[in-house]
Amino acid sequence: MKQLKFLLTGIFFGIVLYKSEAISWYRIYEMFRFESFHMYGIIGSAVVTGVLLVLLIKRTHMHSTEGREIAFTDKDKSYARYILGGTFFGLGWALIGACPGPLFILLGTGVTTIIIAILAAMLGTFVYGLLKNKLPH
Amino acid sequence: MDFILQPWPWYVTGPLIALVMFLLLYFGKNFGMSSNLRTLCTISGAGKFSDFFRFDWKTQQWNLLVVLGTIIGGFIAHFYLSVPTDMELNPDTVASLRDLGFQNAGKSIVPAELFSWDAVLSGKALLILVIGGFLVGFGTRYAGGCTSGHAISGLSNLQLPSLIAVIGFFIGGLIMIHFLFPIIFN
Repeated sequence: MKQLKFLLTGIFFGIVLYKSEAISWYRIYEMFRFESFHMYGIIGSAVVTGVLLVLLIKRTHMHSTEGREIAFTDKDKSYARYILGGTFFGLGWALIGACPGPLFILLGTGVTTIIIAILAAMLGTFVYGLLKNKLPH
Repeated sequence: MDFILQPWPWYVTGPLIALVMFLLLYFGKNFGMSSNLRTLCTISGAGKFSDFFRFDWKTQQWNLLVVLGTIIGGFIAHFYLSVPTDMELNPDTVASLRDLGFQNAGKSIVPAELFSWDAVLSGKALLILVIGGFLVGFGTRYAGGCTSGHAISGLSNLQLPSLIAVIGFFIGGLIMIHFLFPIIFN
């Protein structure tokens, strides 16, 4: 039962992202053409709310259900991996109109061909694992 | 009830996405969907080929449950919480898509020209899904996160690396849409 909350959080996330239309290939295309505020509104309001929630957690020294104070780890400081990796990611995101969350949500909506993209994404992750030490980070 | 069945506005869904991040932090975890691709590689035996995949995947079981949930969530939202509605896309977007060979833009979640089995079996769409999926999986791990890990979690914690990654997302996306789409879909 302790695990059920994760399943429920996932269900909630899937519903929210579906209802936001952020899982739509068309919305991603429209976003990269700057022809609608829609996606910027979603990401922007998520970040503003997120900043406030993170502040709340830090200010109140909030504890998790695991009993420990919620801690944040800073991301490693560097540029190459973020700009290069980010660019690769962006190329793929725009092409198939789905990032890792929507890849799985779309499967639930009956877009069964997305399995191909999911397997390809696993392959991409696998190849990164193989090349990790040779790539600039 | 009708507002539930209609698409939800950005100012509702954006904060709710942040709530998902908050819930996972509150449960002692973090919000990052792309890590699951690595876990799935590990479960598939990728540890035989690279250290990167040698970890106890059971520590990531919670995140796999989140993923399973998103699939169920997509199913519920699509089949029980929605009525067929045309997306309110910018008419300029629809027109430009028509020029690229996409009919019926916004009449379904994803274009049949790319995601129907007919299109996939004809070859080109298959190649696009494979290359696009590969880039997403490779890029997200290289950058150390995706839209949830960097754009939402990272920016919410004011992480400069996440901002750089998001800038990278846009460099890639803009190159794809403005320079490569006219070549790919001519």
